[in-house]
Amino acid sequence: MILDSKIPEGNLAEKWDKHKFNVKLVNPANKRKYDIIVVGTGLAGASAAATFGELGYNVKAFCFQDSPRRAHSIAAQGGINAAKNYQNDGDSIFRLFYDTVKGGDYRAREANVYRLAQVSVNIIDQCVAQGVPFAREYGGLLANRSFGGAQVSRTFYARGQTGQQLLLGAYSALNRQIAYGKVKMYPRTEMLDLVMVDGKARGIVVRNLITGKIESHSAHAVVLATGGYGNVFFLSTNAMGSNATAAWRAHKKGALFANPCYTQIHPTCIPVSGDYQSKLTLMSESLRNDGRVWVPKTKEIAERLRKGEITVNDIAEADRDYYLERKYPAFGNLVPRDVASRNAKLVCDEGRGVGASGLAVYLDFADAIKREGQPAIAAKYGNLFEMYAKITDENPYERPMRIYPAVHYTMGGLWVDYNLMTNIPGLYATGECNFSDHGANRLGASALMQGLADGYFVIPYTIGDYLAQTPYDKVSTDHPAFKEAEAEVIAKNNQLLSINGTRTVDDFHKALGLIMWDYCGMARNAEGLKFAKQEIRKLRDEFWRDVKVTGVNEELNQTLEKAYRVADFLELGELMVDDALHRNESCGGHFREEYQTPENEALRDDENFAYVAAWEFTGVGNEPVLHKEELKFENVKLTQRSYK
Amino acid sequence: MAGSNPNAKPMDLTLKVWRQKDRNSAGSMVTYPVVGISPDMSFLEMLDVLNEDLLRKGEEPIAFDHDCREGICGMCSLFINGRAHGPERGTTTCQLHMRHFSHGDTITIEPWRAAAFPVHKDLIVDRSAFDRIQQAGGYISVNTGGVPDANEIPIPKSIADKAFDAATCIGCGACVAACKNASAMLFVSAKVSQMAMLPQGKTERKTRAENMVAQMDIEGFGACSNTGACAAECPVGISLENIAMLNREYLGARLTSENLA
Amino acid sequence: MNWFTKTFSSTIGRKIIMSITGLFLISFLVVHLVGNLQLFKDDGGAAFNVYSHFMGNNPIIRTMEIVLLLGFLFHIYDAIALTRRNKASRPVGYANNHPQENSTWSSRNMGLLGTVILVFLIIHLWNFFVPARFGGLDPIVVENVEYDNLYIKVVQSFQIWWYVAIYVLAMVALAYHLIHGFQSAFQSLGLTHKKYTPFIQKFGYAFSVIICLGFAIIPLYFFFFFEL
Repeated sequence: MILDSKIPEGNLAEKWDKHKFNVKLVNPANKRKYDIIVVGTGLAGASAAATFGELGYNVKAFCFQDSPRRAHSIAAQGGINAAKNYQNDGDSIFRLFYDTVKGGDYRAREANVYRLAQVSVNIIDQCVAQGVPFAREYGGLLANRSFGGAQVSRTFYARGQTGQQLLLGAYSALNRQIAYGKVKMYPRTEMLDLVMVDGKARGIVVRNLITGKIESHSAHAVVLATGGYGNVFFLSTNAMGSNATAAWRAHKKGALFANPCYTQIHPTCIPVSGDYQSKLTLMSESLRNDGRVWVPKTKEIAERLRKGEITVNDIAEADRDYYLERKYPAFGNLVPRDVASRNAKLVCDEGRGVGASGLAVYLDFADAIKREGQPAIAAKYGNLFEMYAKITDENPYERPMRIYPAVHYTMGGLWVDYNLMTNIPGLYATGECNFSDHGANRLGASALMQGLADGYFVIPYTIGDYLAQTPYDKVSTDHPAFKEAEAEVIAKNNQLLSINGTRTVDDFHKALGLIMWDYCGMARNAEGLKFAKQEIRKLRDEFWRDVKVTGVNEELNQTLEKAYRVADFLELGELMVDDALHRNESCGGHFREEYQTPENEALRDDENFAYVAAWEFTGVGNEPVLHKEELKFENVKLTQRSYK
Repeated sequence: MAGSNPNAKPMDLTLKVWRQKDRNSAGSMVTYPVVGISPDMSFLEMLDVLNEDLLRKGEEPIAFDHDCREGICGMCSLFINGRAHGPERGTTTCQLHMRHFSHGDTITIEPWRAAAFPVHKDLIVDRSAFDRIQQAGGYISVNTGGVPDANEIPIPKSIADKAFDAATCIGCGACVAACKNASAMLFVSAKVSQMAMLPQGKTERKTRAENMVAQMDIEGFGACSNTGACAAECPVGISLENIAMLNREYLGARLTSENLA
Repeated sequence: MNWFTKTFSSTIGRKIIMSITGLFLISFLVVHLVGNLQLFKDDGGAAFNVYSHFMGNNPIIRTMEIVLLLGFLFHIYDAIALTRRNKASRPVGYANNHPQENSTWSSRNMGLLGTVILVFLIIHLWNFFVPARFGGLDPIVVENVEYDNLYIKVVQSFQIWWYVAIYVLAMVALAYHLIHGFQSAFQSLGLTHKKYTPFIQKFGYAFSVIICLGFAIIPLYFFFFFEL
């Protein structure tokens, strides 16, 4: 298989405009003859579904939550980047493009990223027009802040709830189309298989989560906007329901899965407090604008602290190591996420971690409070401090917060070309679900940008190009391909229900999460990855022998839902390990201990690994086949990322 | 691993939980003991522990809605010890921690109760009425593209902040659950006033208020009697001022719009 | 239904009716109390009887009486309509409910308080209004004009302990009804503002207490301090 990224010819700045002109259009009167399925209603899905509806297509949108408004985009806190240069501080489309490619450790496609930077400005206009209440200055114009790893202020925000406000904006646009009858919404409905007819994506099989009924839906194109797969790790900042099932099942039907090992570990999360922990809570990265990260200078002090012999306030200034400021004087506490996370792990591995478990570092606001006063800090971060206090029962105004990295975002995902189409004709992937724009590491405030860029401004153009070349004929859901897929789904669910073993689904999920975290987490090595692969296989075998799923398929059955999602994670986890093992370099969120500079920074191998690794499924337990898409860098110079 | 408070003692509790097979079945309160609950657990993690126990015994776990567990998605609900989202003010159930309970406590857990929120199963209710209200007018009719530059519409900071405060509603339904009339006024008013305050939303403010209120009434929610229970129990602090604004918007719209229906 | 009836049979529309009629009834209370204060005049009831005669015969007052009646009817009718709707909105109640944590008792019991007031009103009208309007009172001459002696009827009535008790209890109910109702009416009409709402709330509270105290003092005064 040759991967054709379909990047348009021409110079970088003109590619998208030229492409928009060259794509085929569907006549307005003919748009109503096409049906599009959108799975997932987060930023990428809701924006796409709404825009398709506005254009005149017939849309069916699906989400597993009880309402599109619940999608996990809602939890994004910090903001959304756009190259508006409202602050006159030297920002430009090219700089946003450059920062994003560099931030992604040169493992993203130039053309995609440039387009992302281009449409970023339209997103802000669109959202404001929808009534999204972004933060404003006293003069009534939009406010900006600088955000994780950027030296310009290009982040638009709505207090610490930017994702919520953007999602509610997209949700409102979606609601409008639902009211017009252009979008039919299916909440509490989960996609369990992709249906292909004549090699093209022509529909999906879903399960109604209330009745358990397995149903089919047919369309001319299918868009997956189902988010990331961070929940492979069990503990992550993802929502409990976030899962990879739709994308994974599409992968099993032939869609390539790209760069699965690129996982973003977010540096500022509230540490694990016990075995019962069900998820991890992110504290917005914006905290690093004013908070200083430190650990005790020596292992001995850290030990006495952990034993409770001394408290944090007993540690003298001279005995504190502000390690990010020390190692990265230029960026200090604002280094990108991967760098911040890895350094937290390093100091904890040295035995200098704090908290009872030793798996935490301090994020200290004492200086900021001294400098600006408590009211000013409360105005900026009050809601985050409150959240921290609620969870930990500690007052962050008096004691530094304890933070530790946690799985947050997955840069990998379904492989897509420039049109956001996977290698399966008619199957698209948008938002976190695809792999396209963040390379090996995502910069803060870029996820919201990408989700909305894909949904509002990219796929509405590119899908028309495909549909214009697709006959109007509809495929009936009585087609054998649908019936077969339905039968497979039913058989799989029944198999899960019939095992009646002894271990719970969560039990397996936690075990998988531990393997992934220990061997395919913030730092990886060949030996560990090989071990992990064996362990995952063993765990998967045991799962299919010994899992306990109560109830029946034909009812609201949350255990069954979890079971089939975890069954897919058990397969996806192995692919992540395969990918991590094959990539003999360190880049962004993928840190292989064998490949590092003397200063413990990621050591890329551009000669051998400047490519997208797109994996083809060959059966569970079989080795996947690797397809490479070479990455060409014509506009940025590949250097070792330096934040010193 | 030890929690943030290593001295906190584990608790034993008695739970009385509403169990109901499906929408058409009758339900009842069922009692479950839980032991060894850490005060650092969230309320939902405590239910996870119970569900794991039930599963191991081969019993059906308790169904409850939850997703982000960060207090923002609005998916979790639960009427705990007679309060929507439990005893802590300004807190969703997922952010409620067990340190607010004591060893030996009996805790009742019920679903949101409202005719407009029928029970799907156990503690899960159908809140799609909220979506239908939003579909009736909770939007500004702009198509993608073709909008003015974001800074062409200056909005005074005080108004933008107020609109934001209204816009933070998470749609959990606690207002309905807490209201003695199962009224959805706080929810509806949050959206109506957010958009009525912003210049972008002014064009459709009359139809929006008329249509959303009409849909709210069709869904079978009760009327507002200004008890203030909704705002008191709202996990994100949506203010009663919004309800006043909705009343004003609605009356103004009905008296002056061109709509004769 | 046309737009008008539709508007005022919506949940918000009915609340608006409740507020407007409620505020109107409140204004009546002021007039009523001011008039009643003449009972305290030490003139053997002369001023009071003249006043009640005027109230019973002035064409404007008689017209307003019909408006007042309509105000009551609408207030009561909408209260019943809303209460029925509100009850239907939660067919299955909670096994464990602690509303006292989030709202005041009076705000949750406006229907109960209103019913108490209604029962009182019937007794009150039967005792004073019916005989005053339809006959049954003794005549009395003031400055060569014959009037109905409503005064003596009041004084006699307030010598009966249980009758006084009913009055006082009803006024307590009315006070609670008004404490919530007064500020609630402004909220329902959308008349809120950062600058004025705190005042409205405080004023409403004081108003409710003072008016009801004023009414309650009358039977207590005649029971404890007045002898025939």
